[in-house]
Amino acid sequence: MRPSAEPILAIAGLTVTFTGGAKPVRALDGVDLTLGRGEVVALLGESGSGKSVTLRSVLRLHPQKTTRIQGSIRVDGIDVMALRGRALTDLRGRTASMVFQEPMLALDPVYTVGRQITEAILQHEAISTAEAHARALDLFERVRIPSPARRLAAYPHEMSGGMRQRAMIALALSSRPKILLADEPTTALDATVQVQILLLLRELQRELGLSVIFVTHDISVAVEVADRIAVMYAGRIVEIGTVRDVIRAPRHPYTIGLLSTRAHGGRLTGKRLPAIPGSPPDLANLPPGCAFAPRCALVLDRCRSAAPDAEPLGPGHLVRCWRSADTAGGSAAVPLSSEQRI
Amino acid sequence: MAAATQSPPPPADGIRGPPLLEVVGLVKHFPIKSGLFGRAGAIVRAVDGVSFAVEAGETLGIVGESGCGKSTTARLIMNLIAPDRGTIRFSGKPVGTTALSLKAYRAQVQMVFQDSYASLNPRMTIEDSIAYGPMVHGIAASDAVRRARRLLDRVGLDPRRFAGRYPHELSGGQRQRVNIARALALEPKVLLLDEAVSALDKSVEAQVLNLLLDLKDEFGLTYIFISHDLEVVRFMASRVMVMYLGLVAEIGPTEALYAGSRHPYTQALLGSLLSMDPDRRTEKAPLAGDPPNPIDPPAGCRFHTRCAFAEAVCSARVPAPRPTRAGYEVACHMADQDSGHSRAEGSAA
Repeated sequence: MRPSAEPILAIAGLTVTFTGGAKPVRALDGVDLTLGRGEVVALLGESGSGKSVTLRSVLRLHPQKTTRIQGSIRVDGIDVMALRGRALTDLRGRTASMVFQEPMLALDPVYTVGRQITEAILQHEAISTAEAHARALDLFERVRIPSPARRLAAYPHEMSGGMRQRAMIALALSSRPKILLADEPTTALDATVQVQILLLLRELQRELGLSVIFVTHDISVAVEVADRIAVMYAGRIVEIGTVRDVIRAPRHPYTIGLLSTRAHGGRLTGKRLPAIPGSPPDLANLPPGCAFAPRCALVLDRCRSAAPDAEPLGPGHLVRCWRSADTAGGSAAVPLSSEQRI
Repeated sequence: MAAATQSPPPPADGIRGPPLLEVVGLVKHFPIKSGLFGRAGAIVRAVDGVSFAVEAGETLGIVGESGCGKSTTARLIMNLIAPDRGTIRFSGKPVGTTALSLKAYRAQVQMVFQDSYASLNPRMTIEDSIAYGPMVHGIAASDAVRRARRLLDRVGLDPRRFAGRYPHELSGGQRQRVNIARALALEPKVLLLDEAVSALDKSVEAQVLNLLLDLKDEFGLTYIFISHDLEVVRFMASRVMVMYLGLVAEIGPTEALYAGSRHPYTQALLGSLLSMDPDRRTEKAPLAGDPPNPIDPPAGCRFHTRCAFAEAVCSARVPAPRPTRAGYEVACHMADQDSGHSRAEGSAA
């Protein structure tokens, strides 16, 4: 992070409510997040935590009619919420582009990947088709696709999963974006392929000086790629800090629980795991206070009635918890239940 | 009804009877139909000669990447698809013969799938879903419902609150508990768990793993636990089998395998585990490229195209799984001193 420079992305008070269903669903509630130039921030959370909604909000990908958005999003000084028409198209791709979890769904099955990439380049730049094709070839080399010239002529279904994700990354980079939004880009991949893609993304980020928001449900992936981690729960960022802060000195009971509940390194083989009780909340029926309160070992009456604000615990380390003064002991301070009933 | 075909109780410790479940030379090929995009004659060699045994009371973990044949193996064990070759024996009796009918066998071996929603009938209450199996097997409806309620309680879902609910009214973790209860409704000896916790959020996964451990103790179950997640398998399994492109690469006791695997593929899989330490990030991927397609797999050792130690012998001959020490088998020419591989254990070179 370079605190002197203006952040490339600043999200403030972002609240997103989907109104298309029977009951309004509040997917995000007051999300504040900045992304420095050349920085990688991981959004970590479970299904329904709001991590992908945050990402999609940056590109304004939510259906306008059924989404209520409050708060502000500024990308490179531009107010994203005010963009219309051509300016919005330029934001998508030229300023920020996205890598999706399932390249098979994101790529068009009836065109070769080469054609899709050249088309994307031509969309954003006034150059000849031959030049665009040369750029596409260069991109394929960059993402380490073997025999790139031949692969450009392939259709998505002719490629393996790892190769398709490389092609997807090439497509995302084709418009020379400043921000890369990566939505679980390695989740659908096999373990030996996941490592390759993570290393590739890290290398590209360094080489191109990209600013990256990396959405994942897997802490170990976040640790591998990110400078900072924002932990999300039920539409709020409940803890944010450097990777080291969040992994080694977590202060939100949810983060502490997530870290100690992992079957990791065989240390607990065959013994019961410490587990966070209960299930993630229903976003259409959120409790009035802290959304984690029903599952929290440290819950007080206050937690059930009012949501805590983000409180700084150290440089850049913020946590939203009424009990943050009592969580410094980590898993010793926040006992996990072994209760079976839910 | 199931009692009529029940096998004799397993022998006491020390006296080895036949293993509870034994798979011998299992083969399943899927021909690709020629058609618009036809590749006439192409064959997916999903499972290509797999043998292993599962002892009563253990948890056998099966790991491997997509296309390795782990899910096909599961479907073959359940007889959801018929093998091209090979036999499955339960307590020494071949399955699907007069000695052990398919129906009697299926009451003994039950499966839990990855997709908790797709595996429940959306129009049945969860109580009815659980009671359905026992009723098909001749249990009176009232007894079956009583059993369903008892099992719901046992998997942590209060029957007074949950019995009448439909699958869509439950969370993923709750639904998977229902699937586990349903699998237990026929009082089976073996549960086959195919990526049963993979779709769950991490905070819920731990609850379900704990539940599985408890149920195993309580009902004296035997598990076959299939997963792509090596950490979870390490936590659950007493033995682990690693598959690659339709074949067994390595099989052995969990801790021996994790601490000192002998197969280069297993080593690469374990090397792909992320460190959880920002100061020790992965700097080099253990393998390049994706697993090859199980259509026309490489000749010889199927891993030789990605193996750092491949030599001529590896592309020439398929290494047979061979015991390296008690209860441990490795299918690698380097583990066979007579293979001619220069790194072979105990070879003259």
